[in-house]
Amino acid sequence: MNWLIVMNKLLLAKSAVAGTFMPVQATEISKQVDNLYGFLVVVSFVSCAILIGGMIYFAVKYKRKTQNDKTAYITHDTRLEVLWSVIPLIVFLLVFAWGWIIYHDMRTMPTNALEIQVTGKQWAWSVDYKNGVKASEVVVPVNRDVKLILASDDVIHSFYVPSFRIKQDAVPGRYTALWFRAEKLGEFHVFCTEYCGTSHSRMLTKLRVVSQADFDKWLTEESDVSGLPLAQRGAKIFQTRACASCHSVDSPVVKVGPSLKARWGTPLNVEDGTTGVFDENYVRESVMLPQQKIAKGFPKPSPMPSFQGQLSEAEMIALIEYIKGLN
Amino acid sequence: MGHVSTGKSYINEEPGLKSWFTSLDHKRIAILYFVAVMTFFLIGGIMALLLRLELFSPNTAGSVMEHIPNFLRKAGDTPADLYNQVMTYHGAMMVFMVIVPGIPAIFGNFFLPLQIGAKDVAFPRLNLLSWYVFMAGAALAVSTFFFSKIDTGWTFYTPYSIRSGTSVVMMVVAAFIMGMSSILTGLNFIVTVHKLRAPGMTMWRMPLFCWAIYSTAIIQVLATPILAITLLLLAMERTFGVGIFDPKLGGDPVLFQHFFWFYSHPAVYIMILPAMGIISELITTYSKKTIFGYTAIAYSSIGIAAVSFFVWGHHLFVSGQSEVAGIVFSFLTMLVGVPTAIKMFNWLATLYKGSIEFRAPLLYALGFLFLFAIGGMTGVILAVTAVDVHFHDTYFVVAHFHYVMVGGTLMAIMGGLFHWFPKIFGKMHSETGAIMSWVFIFIGFNVTFFPQFILGAKGMPRRYFDYIPEYEQLNKISTVGSWLIATGFIIALITVIKGLTSGAKAPKNPWGSKTLEWHAESPPIMHNFEQDPIVTAGPYEYK
Repeated sequence: MNWLIVMNKLLLAKSAVAGTFMPVQATEISKQVDNLYGFLVVVSFVSCAILIGGMIYFAVKYKRKTQNDKTAYITHDTRLEVLWSVIPLIVFLLVFAWGWIIYHDMRTMPTNALEIQVTGKQWAWSVDYKNGVKASEVVVPVNRDVKLILASDDVIHSFYVPSFRIKQDAVPGRYTALWFRAEKLGEFHVFCTEYCGTSHSRMLTKLRVVSQADFDKWLTEESDVSGLPLAQRGAKIFQTRACASCHSVDSPVVKVGPSLKARWGTPLNVEDGTTGVFDENYVRESVMLPQQKIAKGFPKPSPMPSFQGQLSEAEMIALIEYIKGLN
Repeated sequence: MGHVSTGKSYINEEPGLKSWFTSLDHKRIAILYFVAVMTFFLIGGIMALLLRLELFSPNTAGSVMEHIPNFLRKAGDTPADLYNQVMTYHGAMMVFMVIVPGIPAIFGNFFLPLQIGAKDVAFPRLNLLSWYVFMAGAALAVSTFFFSKIDTGWTFYTPYSIRSGTSVVMMVVAAFIMGMSSILTGLNFIVTVHKLRAPGMTMWRMPLFCWAIYSTAIIQVLATPILAITLLLLAMERTFGVGIFDPKLGGDPVLFQHFFWFYSHPAVYIMILPAMGIISELITTYSKKTIFGYTAIAYSSIGIAAVSFFVWGHHLFVSGQSEVAGIVFSFLTMLVGVPTAIKMFNWLATLYKGSIEFRAPLLYALGFLFLFAIGGMTGVILAVTAVDVHFHDTYFVVAHFHYVMVGGTLMAIMGGLFHWFPKIFGKMHSETGAIMSWVFIFIGFNVTFFPQFILGAKGMPRRYFDYIPEYEQLNKISTVGSWLIATGFIIALITVIKGLTSGAKAPKNPWGSKTLEWHAESPPIMHNFEQDPIVTAGPYEYK
């Protein structure tokens, strides 16, 4: 692949320019993608310059002078036509092949990678590590191959990290995967890029790249939640289950579902006209069977997923303790 | 519609509104389509302005959607839901009710018979039926507005479209019905081209617009049934739970994407091929020169139509489709680039040594070349697998297809409108008005959509109601651009209305064009020509 290396070197200057229009390059693949993109931008610029420049030049040069202008009668020119069919074809095949090489790297999963399970759900990502740690953001060690195994609980989502130039759909009913090797420490945006309903544009999370030592420390700390007070454990569950993407806790602002700020113990108006009190049993029922008692003024059917079978009794109690504390 | 002082024409031969709705004349049916499509374009355009207004700033300061009147919204819809609905209707209406029927049903209907020297299309009654079927589908689509609307995006991806609590079935049935109309129109045009050419009008003497409409008709007839069955399966999945697409019932949601794009990618060429046909007409007329590479352009239309059936998988590079499939589709997509490049260079070569007159239609044609060059090259960028992984479903894609479909198709529609206006209505429009509309639309278009390429490269996903602060500036520029485009279309509307009410009588052939329609009266009589034309030469004999 000598020509590839030469081409890459030639394009370094160009891709630096492209860099200001692209997110930071945090992986080796992102640099390769940017080099190819830089080349494509140059090619596009040249072809547009020929077409648009030629068009403007001819339009000005051959502007109509009198109504009786005679024009040349040129029907075709085989040599020219072959030329402008074959040259684009060669360029297209070149970029096709170049893209193929990088795409192949993207799609070939490394062996011995750190595997992390990532599940999409309307509208949050939940991240599972092998030791049982559950998180709502992805934390990975720097300079290590990481493989994300993607799944979805409901509709199709897509896991996209612009700084890594990678993206993969999470499809319900099957597993898909992507891999990366982060070279830069820091926090990177993760977007959902497959339209998934109301809060599609808020299905954001962070991908945090830390040193191996910090990663090990984080993993142990996270798995060691049993010593925490009940309300703090609840707060963690509230965060990792992404309850916060629909329910605000620090203000009465409605995101998707009702705000939980100062809600505890207040009277309750159910959509079917019945009333009640916002208490332990109501919270439990709403988490397990969200369609049962939808609060007045909120969408029916409720977009909230059921957590039946997903939360243990101990977790439920911790969650309720946390919501009590929001008063 | 006004009246013509001397002689009869298709406009005044039969009086009364009823005669319009029962007319079998291809020209009158074209006008029916024109009024309907432009109305939908207006609605879809207002929605586009709403979307851009929402994206003017991040959502922290409140949402524009809160101002949507109550009778148009369902209780409990959040601003984000309303945005998603507006986004869906903008896409669905612009695709199924404006761009797909646009050129074939309006200009194709009006000028295909005229350009080949025929009295009408092959099946006039079927032609009228097509309009009624189209209107029935469109009415059903618009009526979902007043029910629970739809929020699936125009692509109806499963399983979201199975779970969404909105009128998906109604909308899908509407698209199915409009598809039926598209098939009937396509069939009519194919038979018309084969059976009704005037004596001496061989296939290779047909104007390139006819070739484009012909190629389009083939795609319409072959591809639309696939969309129809796909949408029907989706409706069945929602109503009966047959388990084809729903993973909960053992179905495969990605299968829907394959089916959908197997139609919808060729449909992209249903949208652009007729536009290319118009461009050939405009460039030859306003440079007073024969087309360069007639056969190459005609064959490349057919070539694009053929290859377009085998590229759908480039919409699925990150869907979980196999690597091999990705590579094959990337390769085949590159092949579509070649006939497209051929056309671009042929138009450029046609300008060479011409006598170029700067009228509005020519400006629209040059605008088309400009925007389509950018749209086409960014299409090549997106066809490169590794690069598409980054750009897929970002604003880069949004910018790309607007450059191709709006920059391409809409520029051609506007160019065609001002080119054929005297022929269709028998009145002259204001040249200044037409040129001013071009200035605003062309500049506004670039201001709106060019920043979206950069937004996409920076990673902003499409179909986002809200975005992170670093995308704000480019979104602001884009929104300002949308106001310029709107201004351009308002100017165009005023120009058309003024032309209709107070335009001078149009001569037979105001632009010195050579194709057959310019031998008919302006506006043409009921059966097009006083005497059946006999053709002895090609369409662009500017000697």
